[in-house]
Amino acid sequence: MMRPMVSDRVVASFEIRSTRYVAPDGKVLGTLPDWAHDRKTLVELYRAMTLTRAFDERAVALQRSGQLGTFASSLGQEAVAVGVASAMRERDVLVPSFREQGAQFWRGVTLVELLLYWGGDERGSDFAGPREDFPVSVPVGSHASHAAGVAMAFQLRREPRVAVCVIGDGGTSKGDFYEALNFAGVRSLPVLFVVNNNQWAISVPRWAQTAAVTLAQKAVAAGIHGEQVDGNDVIAVRERAGVLMERARDGNGPAVLEAVTYRLTDHTTADDASRYRNAEEVSAHWGLEPLARVRTLLVEQGWWGREEEERLLAEVRDQVESAVQEYLAAEPAPATVMFDYLYAVVPRPLVAQREEVARRFPGERVVTDSG
Amino acid sequence: MAELTLVEAVRTALARAMEEDDTVLVLGEDVGTDGGVFRATEGLLARFGPERVIDTPLSEALFGGLAVGLGAQGFRPVVEFQFLGFLYPGLDQLVNHASRLRNRTRGRLSCPMVIRSVWGGGIAAPEHHSEATEALLAHIPGLRVVLPSSPARAYGLLLAAIADPDPVVFLEPARRYRSLREEVVDDGQTLPLDRCALLRRGADITLVSWGATIGEVLEAADVLAAEDGVRPEVIDVCTLKPLDAHTIVSSVARTGRCVVVHEAARSGGIGAEIAALLADEGLTDLLGPVVRVTGYDTVVPLSRLEAAYLPDVERIVTAARRVLEFS
Repeated sequence: MMRPMVSDRVVASFEIRSTRYVAPDGKVLGTLPDWAHDRKTLVELYRAMTLTRAFDERAVALQRSGQLGTFASSLGQEAVAVGVASAMRERDVLVPSFREQGAQFWRGVTLVELLLYWGGDERGSDFAGPREDFPVSVPVGSHASHAAGVAMAFQLRREPRVAVCVIGDGGTSKGDFYEALNFAGVRSLPVLFVVNNNQWAISVPRWAQTAAVTLAQKAVAAGIHGEQVDGNDVIAVRERAGVLMERARDGNGPAVLEAVTYRLTDHTTADDASRYRNAEEVSAHWGLEPLARVRTLLVEQGWWGREEEERLLAEVRDQVESAVQEYLAAEPAPATVMFDYLYAVVPRPLVAQREEVARRFPGERVVTDSG
Repeated sequence: MAELTLVEAVRTALARAMEEDDTVLVLGEDVGTDGGVFRATEGLLARFGPERVIDTPLSEALFGGLAVGLGAQGFRPVVEFQFLGFLYPGLDQLVNHASRLRNRTRGRLSCPMVIRSVWGGGIAAPEHHSEATEALLAHIPGLRVVLPSSPARAYGLLLAAIADPDPVVFLEPARRYRSLREEVVDDGQTLPLDRCALLRRGADITLVSWGATIGEVLEAADVLAAEDGVRPEVIDVCTLKPLDAHTIVSSVARTGRCVVVHEAARSGGIGAEIAALLADEGLTDLLGPVVRVTGYDTVVPLSRLEAAYLPDVERIVTAARRVLEFS
């Protein structure tokens, strides 16, 4: 129909691509990235995911026996954390939410540190390894702007570094997320926002979180690149995260990478997911989980067998157990430490309160800045 | 040497800090090309360039978080919120992140940042532009809350706030922005944080205040001296968090009487904190009640009733006389 007086044309449109290299049954789809032909690399990824799962399982058990505080397991989402972290460079900075232990371990945070943190001791966030990485963010979404700030620092210093923020599907509903994306777009900041879309924000399912078909497309309104990846395919996560990080590092701007995965267990140890989702849904997703997928791939390549598997399981069990023992044996910090890092120097008005605590807990050793 | 207004003193301090330390950045809405809605950042863009003077999108939830990221990386961001009424989306960043990053990482990461905002009423501004909610901020452990009342103190305290290794909220009283001039030497000298300023030595009563009402308090002190023959001591608190209890308690130990004046609503205000402090640490020195002259526990009225809301000289004098009756 002719409408000569009206200007009516498409001024913007978008598409969101989704990448998967390995099917849930371990079959390779098409051609793998070059790096994924290397046995050592794949085994490293598989090992890191296995370690994360063993850690989570043990941490939940510690909580159940009253030896750890509330804890958020990453069961089923190990490929997101490990895939993303393995694509980062050492000098990049991770700004995690509270379910990225797999990424933190890869980057050098120790198992003992995270046990200390979840066990109620701030020393657990004084990472000996990645000194510039942020500690976990318990508030949802408000850490997205921290990553933007870190990326801005890299850009101002002209350093080829990338800030990587990991946020959950629930977090993408927050204004904080959008404000960070929007600003990152305006300044073309070297930052990657990874959405760990595990389908559930405590009891709220993905469909009730937003009417958007993908979470990746939230990038579109901010004018930045967005894409989706099978978050249970560690090869796809690492490959796409790596591509987007290098793109950002080269000055081509920020991106959103939505990793579609599934939370196979409760939100945290304080949650009971059976209240809001049925067992059939959960068991269906066990058929898609990331460890079996990469294990099948390794086996089919002839790189992995029962012996390797048993050795690996024993190894990670030992590693976790020795961390647990070290954690349980850790001396508690003196009570006065609550004053000592609040400000760079204890302000004069706080000295009396600190002294009161020192009197109430006499005989504690004095902690200095050097530890 | 120059006679500057408070807003000029802020601008002069910002320029000095940026000149001396290239990690100092200025961010916020309209701080660049426009020079800030009150012109506090005028000229900075031309002098220091767009990498250091950054016009941000209208994103108050973002600013504080951006400063956390920049601060953790060793920059010293100075972020402007145009009015205190627009700071609240950023409160989350102050409470949950900036104020605790040093503590929660045991000193590994910190936030050397300054949040600047225009504070208080008295300029017939639109709704949401006149509040004095410093007590909300001063309740947050790990923050500093600084509130200068004069050009010279604005200059020295802002330089100190920027140099401070921890997050500082720096509140600038709109009513004093251009209402007085004072000699300010641009020599880079800071004034001490966490310290009250003793503005006037006295003997009979201590008048404690901060921000714009320091003007009314000084006038009231003159009235009391002239008409009643008393010598009021006047304290400008300057840093509301952490609060310099020592100076206030030792002043009242000398005078035995105290009136606290603030334009913020009364209940749960910092006046209550000071009264509690004196009840706790200065009870035996007190000759009379600690009296508060404050804004009322109402929403700050629009401009036509603003004068009825704000503490004025008469209310302060009346309160002081009431306390002076005790001996």
